[in-house]
Amino acid sequence: MVMKTSEESRPTERAAGIATPWPADIKMRAAGLDFYYGGKQALHTINLQVPTGRITALIGPSGCGKTTFLRILNRMYETVPHARPKGEVLLDGEDIFSLDVVGLRRRVGMVFQKPNPFPKSIFDNIAYGLRINGIRGKGTLADAVEKSLRRAALWEEVKDQLHKSAYAISGGQQQRLCIARALAVEPEVLLLDEPCSALDPIATAKIEELLFNLKDICTMVIVTHNMQQAARAADYTGFFLMGRLIEFNKTAVIFKTPARKETEDYITGRFG
Amino acid sequence: MSLRTGWRKIVNVVMLSLTGVCALFTVSALFFILGYLVYYGGKSLNWAFFVNLPAPVGEAGGGMANAIVGSGKLLLLASLLGVPIGFLGGVYLAEFGGRTFCFIVRYITDLLNGAPSIVMGIFAYTIIVIPMRHFSAFAGGMALGVMMIPIAVRTTEESLRAVPLVLREGALALGASKWKTVATVVVPAAIRGIVTGIMLTLARVAGETAPLLFTAFSNRFWSQGWNQPIASLPVMIYTYGLSAYDDWHRQAWAAGLVLLALVLAANIGARFVVSRGISFRRV
Amino acid sequence: MVDRARLSGRARQFMQKLRHGDEVAHLITLLAAASIIVVTVMLVYQLFINCALPRHKFGFEFFLGRTWDPVSGDFGALPFIYGTLVSSALALLLAVPLGVGAAIFLSELAPPRISNYLTFVIELLAAVPSVIYGVLGIFVLVPVLRTVVMPFLKHTLGFLPFFKGPIYGVSMLAGGVVLAIMIVPFIISVSREVLLAVPVEQREAALAVGATKWESTWQVVVPFARVGIMASVFLALARALGETMAVTMVIGNDPKINASLFAPAYSIAAVIANEFTEATGDLYLQALIELGLVLFLVTIVINGLARLVIIATTQKGATQG
Repeated sequence: MVMKTSEESRPTERAAGIATPWPADIKMRAAGLDFYYGGKQALHTINLQVPTGRITALIGPSGCGKTTFLRILNRMYETVPHARPKGEVLLDGEDIFSLDVVGLRRRVGMVFQKPNPFPKSIFDNIAYGLRINGIRGKGTLADAVEKSLRRAALWEEVKDQLHKSAYAISGGQQQRLCIARALAVEPEVLLLDEPCSALDPIATAKIEELLFNLKDICTMVIVTHNMQQAARAADYTGFFLMGRLIEFNKTAVIFKTPARKETEDYITGRFG
Repeated sequence: MSLRTGWRKIVNVVMLSLTGVCALFTVSALFFILGYLVYYGGKSLNWAFFVNLPAPVGEAGGGMANAIVGSGKLLLLASLLGVPIGFLGGVYLAEFGGRTFCFIVRYITDLLNGAPSIVMGIFAYTIIVIPMRHFSAFAGGMALGVMMIPIAVRTTEESLRAVPLVLREGALALGASKWKTVATVVVPAAIRGIVTGIMLTLARVAGETAPLLFTAFSNRFWSQGWNQPIASLPVMIYTYGLSAYDDWHRQAWAAGLVLLALVLAANIGARFVVSRGISFRRV
Repeated sequence: MVDRARLSGRARQFMQKLRHGDEVAHLITLLAAASIIVVTVMLVYQLFINCALPRHKFGFEFFLGRTWDPVSGDFGALPFIYGTLVSSALALLLAVPLGVGAAIFLSELAPPRISNYLTFVIELLAAVPSVIYGVLGIFVLVPVLRTVVMPFLKHTLGFLPFFKGPIYGVSMLAGGVVLAIMIVPFIISVSREVLLAVPVEQREAALAVGATKWESTWQVVVPFARVGIMASVFLALARALGETMAVTMVIGNDPKINASLFAPAYSIAAVIANEFTEATGDLYLQALIELGLVLFLVTIVINGLARLVIIATTQKGATQG
């Protein structure tokens, strides 16, 4: 499945009568997005565009809403009762709230903060996503597993132990396994929620490198606490504070010449 | 050291020793029961016991083959009723249910659990024995099956809840629907606890006598099929134990040993399985 | 803006879920859970309608009648209620000190590994089938009572009404003792957990002012865990009330009310077990069923109270139940 670099653009469903073509260089867009946990408003009027084929980092102090926002993009908030978004989020011009959530999650994958491999073998972990989609052929699965593991820079290390338990490998390797697992279903977007926070610097470096190499095949949005990581790895950065998106721009701009004082304070470490 | 302090120290030692005595007494009760049955039951345990049918009164060489098989059949019937409802009910409580309804179901399950076993026998009697006008394995199996439900529900629910949220989220994020997540990730991860729960509840109902007294009743011969009165180990122990014949007493001991050995084996085995941790090892 | 679309979105989501099988799974498991409620309701209903005859004939007098005479059709439940209550009370009297004492030992004195091992062994006692307790009761307990304990009691405390009268062996006392051994594991198990949950600071506060270990345990820790221990007693009581086989094998099965513990007695569960298959006539059978209904309701109430207590105290965080 090849990622759609849509030459054929899709009109948004909400344009007031005027069909605005969907630009090819934007993958997802949030417009006027609010988010509520019960009565409490966690996100205020987020307007953000995720560029196609790039790595976008979301930074900000704890509790600022960046993870909340990330989890809206693949509708993972639905596991929490009383969680409600208001506003618009579009994937290639389609409203994600109308899409079949299962289909959405195949297109928008997620890697979590702590590695969470299933209690199965390495092979079965990666094949899981494929199997639930009905792909069963042994040869097809084996090829797909190898492809994903190579993309996650893990193949050489585990190719001889594919049938060992996923818990038998190190934390850093498990996280790459989770990345491989997410990549196996060939998502268009990959969401990463502080993927390196539980890992040592070497494992972190490996993951940052493989993310860079993934830009050709998917768009990435990564939430991170680590500003150096954002500066190193991301093309674009968004700064969140208290449920609002304060600033969003090319990473170089955010870090060298931030437009807002709050951004500058955070970058220079005055708080957070 | 004043007199008062001395007294307090004596009291301290005496009372603490007493608590030790209490614990020792209780523990030794189990060993006594076990030892008694091993001694008296072991002496009477022979091949005939396992293979022969009960002999007429006064004749030696009788056995409890039909009771052993009968207990097996009753447990099978009970499982057919208790395991699906218990398992699926537990899945509902852990995965699908809403707050109030779940609370009601849990509360009622606990109440059902505390019901005296003889009342279950009356229940099965009114539902099956009265309409059919005779005792049967069905009735006995139903009584035992209803007794299995609460424990199966509880252990299934707890085992499922113990599976970490992140595992579920991992599956959901790959585009698995909710029921697929439960069926292919959560249940396999929890399977150890679920199976031990079922083992434990089987062990419990295997030893129950009261619900069988007027449902499955008993049988000195083989019971064909499922629609006849059927012998079972606990009822035989009861009947033989109360009788006036030494030979029957000896067989009661033997049966008691067999029953106790199975029940304890199930309980100890279950503890071992669970004590390897609710670990998320390779499934 | 989007909310209007979201309303039909709910319907759309439902259709999507349906396609994925989520709604079916939800329904199947819901049916299983609901069937538990249905079974319980049916249980009460069946018990109730199947004792219509004695209910109409005796009404409330059923619970006060002292005669149980199947021949003349006179059924009074009082002897069985008496037998059940007294044997259970006796069992608690014996089991609570024993159980709480052992629980104290296991939680305060024994090193953790030994404590866990011993607790495991004690919990195995709870798994022993009732009928095995019964047979051991007949062959071991009753003779011991008859030849050693009861004569001793009669000799020393024979002036009390509890220890008068002829000694048969099978008796209220035997019933109470067997029940005590059967319910002790429940008391120990729950009480130990409750005691372990008492914060270390409580013990340390007492020891710091110079209390002995016993004083700190008895005067501080146990009272702190008081409610949880009471809940365990309730649960043990419910268990004792419903216990059938062991009791019927040692209690003597005589429907009479007697102050003496040496006299044979009868419990509700025991009379049902013994006479159900021999009951001639509907009134007889239904009288037994009415007894069953009473027993069921009483155990439900006690269990219900115990659970509420446990829920309340667990939420307060004072004890762990």
